[in-house]
Amino acid sequence: MTIWNKKFECISPGELEQLQLERLQSTLNRVSRNVVFYQKIFEREGIIPERIRELSDLRRIPFTSRRTLRAAYPYDMFAVPLREVVRLQTSSGTTQEPIVVGYTRNDVEHWTELVARVLTGAGINRDDVIQISFDYGLFPGALGMHYGAEAVGASVIPASTAGSRRQITVMRDFRSTVLIAAPGYGLRLARMIREMKINPQDLFLRVGLFGAETWSENLRRELEERLRIKAYDFYGLSELFNPGVASECEAQNGLHIFEDHFIPEIIDPGTGRPLDFGEEGELVLTSITKEAFPLIRYRTGDITTLIKGKCSCGRTLVRMARVKGRTDDMFSVLGVSVFPSQVEEILTRIEGTEPHFQIRIDREADREVVKLLVEISPEIFSDEMKKMQKLKREIKGEIYKLLDLEVEVKLVEPGALIGRGEGVRRVIDNRNRG
Amino acid sequence: MDSEVLLTIRNLDAYYGQAQALRNVSLHVNSGEIVTLIGANGAGKTTLLNSIAGVLNSISGKIFFEEEDIAGLPSEKVVARGLSLVPEGRQVFSPLTVLDNLFLGAYLRHGRKSKEKIEEDLQKIWGIFPVLKERMNGYAGTLSGGEQQMLAVSRALMARPRLLLLDEPSMGLAPLMVKEIFRHIAELPRQGTTVLLVEQNARAAFEVAGRGYVLETGRIVLQGSITELLDNKEIKRAYLGKGYREVWE
Repeated sequence: MTIWNKKFECISPGELEQLQLERLQSTLNRVSRNVVFYQKIFEREGIIPERIRELSDLRRIPFTSRRTLRAAYPYDMFAVPLREVVRLQTSSGTTQEPIVVGYTRNDVEHWTELVARVLTGAGINRDDVIQISFDYGLFPGALGMHYGAEAVGASVIPASTAGSRRQITVMRDFRSTVLIAAPGYGLRLARMIREMKINPQDLFLRVGLFGAETWSENLRRELEERLRIKAYDFYGLSELFNPGVASECEAQNGLHIFEDHFIPEIIDPGTGRPLDFGEEGELVLTSITKEAFPLIRYRTGDITTLIKGKCSCGRTLVRMARVKGRTDDMFSVLGVSVFPSQVEEILTRIEGTEPHFQIRIDREADREVVKLLVEISPEIFSDEMKKMQKLKREIKGEIYKLLDLEVEVKLVEPGALIGRGEGVRRVIDNRNRG
Repeated sequence: MDSEVLLTIRNLDAYYGQAQALRNVSLHVNSGEIVTLIGANGAGKTTLLNSIAGVLNSISGKIFFEEEDIAGLPSEKVVARGLSLVPEGRQVFSPLTVLDNLFLGAYLRHGRKSKEKIEEDLQKIWGIFPVLKERMNGYAGTLSGGEQQMLAVSRALMARPRLLLLDEPSMGLAPLMVKEIFRHIAELPRQGTTVLLVEQNARAAFEVAGRGYVLETGRIVLQGSITELLDNKEIKRAYLGKGYREVWE
């Protein structure tokens, strides 16, 4: 398969190290001059950028947290004056307050190139017709994909938030070959295709790119089966590039991180200690080419591992495993630590449920109560009570069996929890509220 | 990879007495490239070239040329390894003839058949700069500024360098002459010479280079392809001025 930018995607380890060091050093020189936050922490910690002489010296610099970015609302973390910014977007709405992210001309160029790598990695080329079903708004995903798709020369349909029926009509009539959407929304479209009595084989879809929320291998198989496509994962975050940080190649054995633009680390989310290849922890990223909004050791909140070893696709860039969950989504209740993705894995195996759910944790009379709201398919929802009760018992039983967790299950109608492009808030923890 | 690394600098610091002129500079030049280093007066551009060429010795850090660390080597040893500097302000030997200046450039070349090879190189230089051939018996001091610059470059080429360090070749030259000199610089990689070019005239440098680094008070603050540097508004403002395209074209 084709590689978009062989020079960088297949760079030798020695060249990559020199490139990363050069770019890291100049990034540090810029942020210490232009960003008050970094000036202050460098001063406080006694860090002089010119003492960062090896990539491993990066570990001496403190982390940048999401809280810092929120406090900087709107422009305090920008490293260039606003007149050099050509685009403003915000981070996704899964967390409460937005973070404003600016891009210079070069940032947009780099972003476009990285998305072109994402698409090419999934086997997409200029002959494809790409339907982008992300919301074209403040959330960067849609425009990010759009620019990259135009760069590879494909025909792009900005389907955006058109209704599901409309999406399918467009998909059929425009002969879309590629669907880009949140995985949950992809599934909803699959359901609509069935409802509209369209045979998936009469469509032209061949590839699906899914992201913007964590999803499982089970869901991948389900999407592939129901839409008759090959489904790919990609990774990004709106504070850096989303998409455009990492993506799957045809080997689908982890996502290649674009190390010529980002330096990845894995840390223990509790202690901040650096972890080794293969050890699961929180992904920390340092941007080394971003001009308007550079971030040093940014805690992504995403749980993954770095994979050592060569990939069969020929790319030399390091791989990360598919994101397992978010540190802020991981919850501990009654002595059990649970990732929402584990709940998703269980739900996708149970007939009649949709992978949309929400976990609500409350404290009632000094007791912790976990409620699980699950969307179910329309057929079951309209059916008799008995079936609903049976399904409830099954979910409750499976979760107890596999996660050792006692939950109250509540079934909700399809679409009740769905989010568009920005993902559903999967965990709501009310234990520490007044 | 298609590109072969010729020069790699890691964490270079340079001092003039107590004053630190370079701070943790890292950069690389691949074989066949023209890489430019731009920056304001006093940013450390000349210091960097002098550090590489062994003219300045109060340095720390690593300078790998063809994978060997040459940091701190005396300049004659650096030249012998295939790395030549054309210093700022040309500095040709005025009381000597053009020909003698060129022979001095080949000073370190000896051994079997060196005479024939030097003769061969002279022919090449006459081909590139016919005006020098016309004046080969004239004194260097009587040449015009542009001709002296041609002579300085030619003298450095006589050492058959694989990497040529050029310090402000446009300095003090009329615009037409700058164009002429840069036309020749652009040709050098095709003749087997890689170039690291220091320039205040960023416009001219960007016309011939493929990549560049921006030096500010001894630190590298930006690097990238020339396209990327041109897309950076700060660089445009600071080094190119408004309406850059109109002026050059």
